[in-house]
Amino acid sequence: MIEQVCTNNTLYKLICEPLSYAFMQNALLAVLMLGLVAGTIGAFVVVRGMAFMTDALGHAILPGVAIAYLSGGVHGPLLFGAGVAGSITALIIGLFTRGGKLREDTAIGIVFTGALALGLAILSLNKVTAVDLEELLVGNILAINGSDLAIIFIVGAIILLLVRAFYKELLIVSFDPVLGATLQYPVEALRYLLLLMLAMTAVIAIQAVGVILIAAMMVTPAATAYLLVRRLHLMMIVGAIICCFSGVFGVFLSWHLSVSSSAAIVLTMTVLFLIAYLLAPKRGLVWTFVRYRAASPMEIDGLAS
Amino acid sequence: MTFRLINKPARLRTLAANENSTPGKIAIQLEALSAGYGRTLAVRDVSASIEAGKRVALIGPNGAGKSTLFKAIVGLLPPASGQVLINGQAAHLARQAVAYVPQFEDVDWNFPVSVMDVVVMGLARQVGWLRLPNAAHRRMALDALERVGLPDYARRQIGELSGGQQRRIFIARALAQGASILLLDEPFSGVDALAQQTLFEILDHLRQDGVTVLLATHDLSLVSTHFDALLVLNKRKIAYGSPSAVFKPDIMAEAFGSQMAIWHNDGQVIMLTDQHT
Repeated sequence: MIEQVCTNNTLYKLICEPLSYAFMQNALLAVLMLGLVAGTIGAFVVVRGMAFMTDALGHAILPGVAIAYLSGGVHGPLLFGAGVAGSITALIIGLFTRGGKLREDTAIGIVFTGALALGLAILSLNKVTAVDLEELLVGNILAINGSDLAIIFIVGAIILLLVRAFYKELLIVSFDPVLGATLQYPVEALRYLLLLMLAMTAVIAIQAVGVILIAAMMVTPAATAYLLVRRLHLMMIVGAIICCFSGVFGVFLSWHLSVSSSAAIVLTMTVLFLIAYLLAPKRGLVWTFVRYRAASPMEIDGLAS
Repeated sequence: MTFRLINKPARLRTLAANENSTPGKIAIQLEALSAGYGRTLAVRDVSASIEAGKRVALIGPNGAGKSTLFKAIVGLLPPASGQVLINGQAAHLARQAVAYVPQFEDVDWNFPVSVMDVVVMGLARQVGWLRLPNAAHRRMALDALERVGLPDYARRQIGELSGGQQRRIFIARALAQGASILLLDEPFSGVDALAQQTLFEILDHLRQDGVTVLLATHDLSLVSTHFDALLVLNKRKIAYGSPSAVFKPDIMAEAFGSQMAIWHNDGQVIMLTDQHT
């Protein structure tokens, strides 16, 4: 069947030719796994109001990435450096907000800008070229190699298994922390677990979309799903599908239009969100407007009687 | 609007309740309890014993320490001094017996969960760590929903129900927990008279099943008729006893202070508080 499809000239140009390159295959496999992970974990980000935290984690892994970069260029142990920095950041933010000493958004604002500045300082002291710096900040999924791909799949699989294992516990502490506490769940430990999973997702997403756009992977598709379905596990499934689709579509868009791959991926997600925001059943703008128009004459009758 | 109330409440989940409901047995015993966060104590030296199967109203002005008292009884807040005994045991050992029904405002009603999802959460202990609820758990949750008259709403998202129904979801969850003691935090704030009546019918069924209910409310129009006893709180215990003994202008004035106005009018006493939630 693939041969049949690929004999068609237009389709060959659109799909088959890009697929014949190993770097495109790597890129597509990477966005599929990343989409699965980011779309799933994103459901927790959206329902717990952690979008700012996620954005911050994405930025705060820069110092780790910078140090790793200096030790080996763009194929240095970036993921390892990012993992260490992300974990430390998540723990420090958790520590600052413990017992309500600081509001969480304040702690996040301090830690992530501090870490970002540290990363920039390390890079500028070592005269990193503008091209490499851009690659760190906005990512380049077309540069992912086989070993990067292996790490993405291993870390991603671990995150997915953790979400499956602790789904019920994470749902309860997200929806009703007081119930979690009466059930004697380690509410704080579960929060750290979630933060670590966010950090690890940011780490494997950094090469795909770079430091500045990581949050989009975890927030936008999940928010789109939030508008479309009304149960958490469905939100995860729909979010993952949207995230995977956007990743694949974005990579092809990047190939055909020579546009930055991370920009293409994130813009696809954003457009899908806007469509859902306008057209989603029950929650969308159009639906609300139509219902409002339909309901108002009845309401006026009700007032008159 | 339909209010399907079952005349014969399903008895399937009442085992836990009946174990602890021998008449005259003390369900909640507060012994010189002081509790609070940090250095400030929100409640001081409160003593009271609540018999199993009774319905007690907890009344007091905003900031009287009602929530703190609840947290101490649920076992979330260790007492600064004194103690809480649940069915004769220290509160942190008897957590299974107590269920807390949160204030309406403390729930995110847009959260993507169905009514069934919420009630099944009450069974988390039975489901066990790292496991997901199965059909048997959902069956138990449905039993609990039948006891509050909501079996037809199991698949709805929680935000789609009416205010009165939304409060009943959490009562069902408390029942699914198998709790014999229910703590209800302001369940009547913002519900209409009909929904209020439905809630009281459910509470009547629970009383027949031997469930003890401690209910925080600021609506003084209800407390003189619908409860076995009143516990009046304002940082300390102002009074505790039967409604006829406790619901008196001087006691209410002591509890509510300037938050209350009292008129005497032809032998009638009118008490008004400026509580609002």
